[in-house]
Amino acid sequence: MNVRCIIFIISVKLQIEIKPIPIKLREMFLGGRGLDMYLLYNHIKPGIDPLGPDNVLLVSAGLLVGTLAAASGRTNIAGKSPLTGYLGRSNMGGFFAPEMRWAGFDHLIIKGRAEKPVYLWIQNGEIEIRDASHLWGKPVREGEGIIRDELEDKNIKVLGIGEAGEKLVRFANVMTGIKNSGGRTGMGCLFGSKNLKAIAVRGTMDIKIAHPEDALKYNERVIKDITKSKVSQVMGKLGTPFIWGATNSQGLVRCRNFQLNQLENSSDIEPETYEKFITGWASCFGCAVHCRSKYVITEGPYKGTYDEGPEYTSTCTWAGETDCRSALTIHVCNHLVNLYGLDTLDTGNIIAWAMELYEKGILTDKDTDGLKLKFGNDKALIEMIHRIGKREGLGNILAKGPLRAAKKIGKDSMKYLLQIKGMGQLNSDERATPALALNIATASRGADHLSSRPAIDLYHLPEPVLRKIYGQPVAYDGPLTSDYRDYEGKAWMVRWQELLYEAVDSLGICKFQTVFLGPNLPNWDEWSQLIYLNCGLELSPLDIWNAADRSTNMERLFNLREGLTRKDDWLPDQYFDQPTTLGIPGIRGLTINREKFTRMIDEYYEYHGWDKNGVPRPETLQKLAINKEPSHKL
Amino acid sequence: MAKVLIIDYEKCTGCRLCEQVCPVKHEGVTNPARSRISVVKWENEGISVPMVCQQCEPAPCISACPTNSRSRDEELGSIVTNYDRCIGCKLCIVVCPFGAISLDPITRRIISCDLCGGDPICIKFCETRAIEYVDESQINKKLQRAAAEKKIESIRNFTISQTA
Repeated sequence: MNVRCIIFIISVKLQIEIKPIPIKLREMFLGGRGLDMYLLYNHIKPGIDPLGPDNVLLVSAGLLVGTLAAASGRTNIAGKSPLTGYLGRSNMGGFFAPEMRWAGFDHLIIKGRAEKPVYLWIQNGEIEIRDASHLWGKPVREGEGIIRDELEDKNIKVLGIGEAGEKLVRFANVMTGIKNSGGRTGMGCLFGSKNLKAIAVRGTMDIKIAHPEDALKYNERVIKDITKSKVSQVMGKLGTPFIWGATNSQGLVRCRNFQLNQLENSSDIEPETYEKFITGWASCFGCAVHCRSKYVITEGPYKGTYDEGPEYTSTCTWAGETDCRSALTIHVCNHLVNLYGLDTLDTGNIIAWAMELYEKGILTDKDTDGLKLKFGNDKALIEMIHRIGKREGLGNILAKGPLRAAKKIGKDSMKYLLQIKGMGQLNSDERATPALALNIATASRGADHLSSRPAIDLYHLPEPVLRKIYGQPVAYDGPLTSDYRDYEGKAWMVRWQELLYEAVDSLGICKFQTVFLGPNLPNWDEWSQLIYLNCGLELSPLDIWNAADRSTNMERLFNLREGLTRKDDWLPDQYFDQPTTLGIPGIRGLTINREKFTRMIDEYYEYHGWDKNGVPRPETLQKLAINKEPSHKL
Repeated sequence: MAKVLIIDYEKCTGCRLCEQVCPVKHEGVTNPARSRISVVKWENEGISVPMVCQQCEPAPCISACPTNSRSRDEELGSIVTNYDRCIGCKLCIVVCPFGAISLDPITRRIISCDLCGGDPICIKFCETRAIEYVDESQINKKLQRAAAEKKIESIRNFTISQTA
């Protein structure tokens, strides 16, 4: 396989160091997120200021990126989170990572801070730092166009930030293209803190395929398996908003900042109604599922505007949480966060929280400069996105992120805040689903649905099917139940999914093409084949599992070093004290049971080889050969 | 009878799998710069257009070649390059009205679609069938049917509006 390089940049005075990645580290951490976690632990000193020059920004491509593996276009970004102060990481689609590999690089480690706005230009092994003052204030899509024009190449791919990242909004995104976003944990803010507007890449170097003929044949089969699955077909027609139909009809969503668990009169925000805006479907790199809608806004002040998305999260956050039940509003809000480079989920969440504070009188007209920030007020919602993006008025306070904003606003505001480890969660209500609740409580980057969520737990799959899925590549003979309200066996499902997602992010493949929403999609066995055929590395399914386990432990070690304790793996009080009121009969009146949940966390730690405090046991680290970290092999 | 690649850009999702598999089949690597098919994009408008050799008849590249190294494979109808004769003057690249001929940056050779010897790899990976390999007698048939449908529709609408 190709031994790919890595660069170190100290951006105050540009210094570049290029090193090959040892095969041993590949076998241990694969690439992408996995290897990033190793680098993060090794290159960041404990306790540093996330916005200071000592923070390190990692940008990487997964092990299979740019090969024949389906949907292998994922970019991983990591650093210490400006939002939470713990682990910061984000994984995104688009076309950036493969282009970076064709330009000769797999991992970038960016240190220091530039004195004025700059962008990096990377082409076929060459790196240059360029002035970005003329790009400052511009959305990523516009900046990409300017960079392409000035470097005279329309195929350049740009990863960058919008105004929100520049202004250090703590939950700013990194973006590439129109819509692909690296959200959560404020990686865009980290870019901004380094005065780094963008990274532009272009490459025409080969990625050698180890066994081309067999790789073509195998990949054709895997893609057929993916595209013939029901979930992929639905995604290709409705995108992720299809999930809304399933979750809202049962009462598993969060509305009006956790006041309700179902949105009634929601006919205008069902995925089918989005069709009035949709002009077609777009794919990320190498993906046959094409789940991203292309749309044109057909009415109102934004009439004629083109954009892409919105996702399920956008439906939840713009319609469910803020109670603005309008497809038009969702599409406008999605467009605006794409322009500013804001995290759609965190932005909607924090506005919904402010709406409740306004209705409860904790925020007044004086705080909002006269804006009637009530639930269901679409105009106020749209105005608040602008204010957060530009950091004006109340927007400037909310831009600090949930915990800092609550401290600033004071009074009872904390009581209404929904957050874990300083990060707001997906707008789903997990009171009826202990497995999903355990996922958000323990996820390494804060309340997060993409770290370890066993989403297929909602499908009521028969036990033998669950056993087949969750019983490999390591044997599991504990309990497994089909009822999503149960507590038994769910800790194992969360553990299994956590390693699966860690692996998929390390390989650089899209989560939608593994066991996330579809139980029959490729996983360990197929990946082992894909790695062999594309990279020539012989890694068994168990080797991949162990690599994922290793990176998961590195994430834990990083968080512990930053002061995280077992107390942080916990849910907001509302989950235990405030029963659900709506939804199908089986889930009404439910809360999470404290004792059972505590036991679940114990079980979860035990599966990881961690002690009761959530600290990896010495023998666990020794078994995974990471007991001597930080080792600085790279 | 010869078959040709036809492209319906409205179906293209821009995934670039065609660009991905083409150089793997020909060179054993992934590298869009070495692909014989390229997806041209206007991202800000959501437009993606796969561009590939149209196997023109008569072909400007054949006429322009000073060493007679471009010729037509009679059986497949594809235009092929005789590398023993080719002097790399790039005239074919310049005269191609579709920009479908390029210079391989690694081998420095002229490359264009050779229809994979009658078994194009790209169509096997195009989920939306934006690229199809069809008999040349069938190229117009789909378009004809679509146009005919429109015609019927307009006549029907006209009749309905007259009677109403």
